[in-house]
Amino acid sequence: MLNKNIYLILIISLVFAISFWIGFNVNLLPTEASINAPIYDELFKILFIIGLIIFIGMTIAVIYSLFRFRKRNDQIGDGIALEGNLSLEIVWTIIPSIIVLLIGLYSYNIYDRMGGMKELNHNHEMMSSNSEKIWAGISQTSDNEIAINNLSIEVSAMQFAFLFNYPKGNFISGELHVPVDQKVSMKMESKDVIHAFWVPEFRIKQDIIPGQPTILNFTPTKVGKYPIICAELCGPYHGGMRASIIVEEESDYNEWFNKNKKPEVNL
Amino acid sequence: MTISIDPQKTNNESLQPKGWLRYFSFSLDHKVIGIQYLVCGFLFYLIGGSLASAIRIELASPMSDFMPRDVYNQVLTLHGTIMIFLWIVPVVNGAFGNYLIPFYVGARDMAFPRLNAVAFWLIPPSGLMLVASYFVEGAAQAGWTAYPPLSITTPQSGQIIWILSVLLLGGSSIFGGINFIATIIKLRRPGLKLMQLPMYCWAMLGTSLLVVLSTPVLAGTLILLSFDIIANTGFFNPVLGGNVVVYQHLFWFYSHPAVYIMVLPAFGLVSEILPVHARKPLFGYTTMVFSIMGIVVLGLVVWAHHMFTSGTPPWMRLFFTIATAFIAVPTGIKFFNWVATLWGGKISINSAMLFSCGFIINFVFGGITGVALAQVPFDIHVHDTYFVVAHFHYIVYGGTVFIIFSSIYHWFPKVTGKMLYEKLGILHFIITFIGFNLCFAPQHWLGLNGMPRRVAEYDPQFQFVNQISSLGALLMAISTIPFLINVFLSVRNGKDSGDNPWNALTPEWLTSSPPPVENWEGEAPLVEEPYGYGKEISERE
Repeated sequence: MLNKNIYLILIISLVFAISFWIGFNVNLLPTEASINAPIYDELFKILFIIGLIIFIGMTIAVIYSLFRFRKRNDQIGDGIALEGNLSLEIVWTIIPSIIVLLIGLYSYNIYDRMGGMKELNHNHEMMSSNSEKIWAGISQTSDNEIAINNLSIEVSAMQFAFLFNYPKGNFISGELHVPVDQKVSMKMESKDVIHAFWVPEFRIKQDIIPGQPTILNFTPTKVGKYPIICAELCGPYHGGMRASIIVEEESDYNEWFNKNKKPEVNL
Repeated sequence: MTISIDPQKTNNESLQPKGWLRYFSFSLDHKVIGIQYLVCGFLFYLIGGSLASAIRIELASPMSDFMPRDVYNQVLTLHGTIMIFLWIVPVVNGAFGNYLIPFYVGARDMAFPRLNAVAFWLIPPSGLMLVASYFVEGAAQAGWTAYPPLSITTPQSGQIIWILSVLLLGGSSIFGGINFIATIIKLRRPGLKLMQLPMYCWAMLGTSLLVVLSTPVLAGTLILLSFDIIANTGFFNPVLGGNVVVYQHLFWFYSHPAVYIMVLPAFGLVSEILPVHARKPLFGYTTMVFSIMGIVVLGLVVWAHHMFTSGTPPWMRLFFTIATAFIAVPTGIKFFNWVATLWGGKISINSAMLFSCGFIINFVFGGITGVALAQVPFDIHVHDTYFVVAHFHYIVYGGTVFIIFSSIYHWFPKVTGKMLYEKLGILHFIITFIGFNLCFAPQHWLGLNGMPRRVAEYDPQFQFVNQISSLGALLMAISTIPFLINVFLSVRNGKDSGDNPWNALTPEWLTSSPPPVENWEGEAPLVEEPYGYGKEISERE
C-alpha cells in the first residue's frame, strides 16, 4: 500500500513538473505590444498550466485504466460492484469548485487591471456633448485621469475598411498611427453591419456596432507595425478587411501628424 | 398505471409496410422512427462533412482561390446549420432517444406516437429545402448565427429559406422534447422508480426541459428577424432604430442551451456504454443525476458569454464569467465518475469502448479551453477566432460525434441482430482520433496568433499550420470509409449477435435482437438495477 502511494505521488509530481515546464517554456502567443498584453499573458500562463495538469492527469488516468484493467483472455465475470464513494465524490466536487472560484477571482483581478471594470459613461471626453449610452470595451482610463492627454480617434468601420478620423488634425487616415507609450482612446461606430477591431499583439478586441458606439482604449508599448483585423463576419470580403496600426516614436508620429493635418479654416 | 395499447394503432400497424419499406412510411413504431432519425441524420452528416472538406480545401492556401467569397460564406453557414440542426441534435436526441427511452421506461412506444412521426417527417423536407436554397439564389451567408444587420442586408431568399428551415427543425425538436418528457414521467412501467432509470433517461429529461424552455425563444427571434427582412420592420435593423445586440441576447438564450442539447444526451449515452464494457456499476448514480440537473439550470443563465466583445456592461460580463465557469463543476463530476467507473473493471477494449474513451479525452480538452474562454479578459483576445472554432469542435465533434459512433457500435447488434466487425471499427477509431486532433488542435494556435474565424483568406505565416489542419480533415473524411464498409458488410453478412452480445443489464437487452414490434413478448421486465454488474455473477452464469 505504501509502495502504491509513493508511485501515485511520483506520477502526480511528474504531471505537475511537466505542466509547469511546458507552461513556462512554450510560448503560444504573439509579441506583447501593449500594456494589456503582459497582463493577458500572465492569465494565459496560469490557465495553461492548470489546464495541462488536468488534461495530462485525466488522459493518464483513462489510458492507465484501459491497460491496467483490460479484460485478459482467460477472464470471465465482472469487475468489483463499486457503486460510488460519497467522500470521493464530495472531494471532486469541492476541489474543482475552489479552483473555478479562484480562477474567477483571479481573472476578475486581471480584468480590473486591464481597466475593464470602469464605467466609461460619464468620464469620457467624447461623451460630454450628448446623452447616448456608450458601452465600453476595455479601458485603461481611470476616473481621475480624465483623458486630457489621450489621443482621441474616431473609428468608423464599413464593408470592408476601417477609417480613422483624427479630430485634432481634422483629417481621415486609412492607417492608424499612434505614438508609443501614450494612451489612445477610440470611439468606434459602424456604418453598416457589425465589425470588430482586433489587434492580436495588443490582446484587445471590441465589436464595432451600427447605431451603438463603442469605446476602446489602449496604450501601445512597442514600436512596430501590427495588423488590425476585423473579427466579426461582415460579408464576402470579411477575410480581407484589414488595416495596419503603426506604433512609432513620438517625434515620428508628430511628423506624420503635421504632414497630414489640415490647416484650420477661420470663417 | 397500466400500459394500454391503442386498438386503432394495432389495426393500422397491420396495414403498414413491412421490411425496409417501413423506413419510408409514416411509421408510428418508436424503433423505426429512431432509425429514420439516425439514417437521415447521417446522410446530412455526409453533406455537412463535404462542406467542411470544401472549407478545409479553401484554407489549405492563404488566398481565396477555391471558391468565390460569397459561396464560401454560404458553405460555412450551411456547414454549421446542417451539422447542428440536421445531424447532431436529431441524432443524439431523436435517434437514440426514440429507440431507447421506451425500453428504458418499460413502455411499448412513446407517449405520442403520431406526434413522434410528425416530428421526424418535418426534418427531411426542411433539410432538403435548406440545401436546395443554394441552387436558387444562393444560400444564407450570414453564418449559422445570422446576426443582423448582415442577415438583413445579404440576399433575402437564402436567408428566408434558412429561417423557415430552422423554424421547422426547431418545431420538430420541441415536439420531440414534449414527447420525451411525457414518456419518461408518465409511461414508466409500474414499480419503476425515477432513481432506478438508466442515466440516459435523466439526460433526455434534462435535455428536453432545455429544448422546451429555450427553443421557442429562438423561434420568436427568427420570426422577428424575418419581419425585418421581408416587411421592413425595425426590430433589429439599426437604420430603423432597432438594436442589433438584442438579437444576440435572444439568439444565444437558445443557442447556448443548444450546446447542452447536443452534449447532455451524449453524457447519458456514454453512461450506458461504459458500465457494460467495463463490467462495473456506473459510479455515483445520484451525483450523476444531480450534475445533469445542475448543468440544465446553469446552462440557462450563461448565454452572454458569447457576447463579451459585443458591448455588454461590466457587471454582466462578470456574472456570466462566474456562471459559465461553474458549469465545469457538475461537468467535472461526471468525468471523474466515468474514470472511476473504468477503475477496477474488466474492460473489453472494443470500438464502442475506444470511442467512449476518445470522447473523455477530447471533451476534457474542450472543457478546459471552455473554462478559459469563460474568463472575460481571456475571451476578449480569442473571441471570434480559430481558438473558438477549435474549442467547440472539441465539444461537439470530439465529444458528441465520438459518442454517436460509440453508440452505433454498441447498439448495432440490438437493432440488426448482427455484430459490426471489430477490426474495421478499431481502424475507424484510430483514423478518426488522429484526424480529429490533427485537424483541430493546431487551430488553437491559429486563433491565439491572429487568425479570425469565417475567413476565406489569411496571412501567409499561417499556411503551414492550416495545411496540417486540412490534412487532419482529409483523414476525418477518409475515416468514414471503413465505417460505411463495416455497416454495409455487417448488415449483409455480419456474425449473428444473439439477443445480448454484451451481457448488458439495461432493459433494451432483455428482449430479442432485433426486438419485436411491441418490444417485449409479454410484460416488460422490471429492471431495478440497470448497472448491477459484479453483483449477481452466479445468477447470470
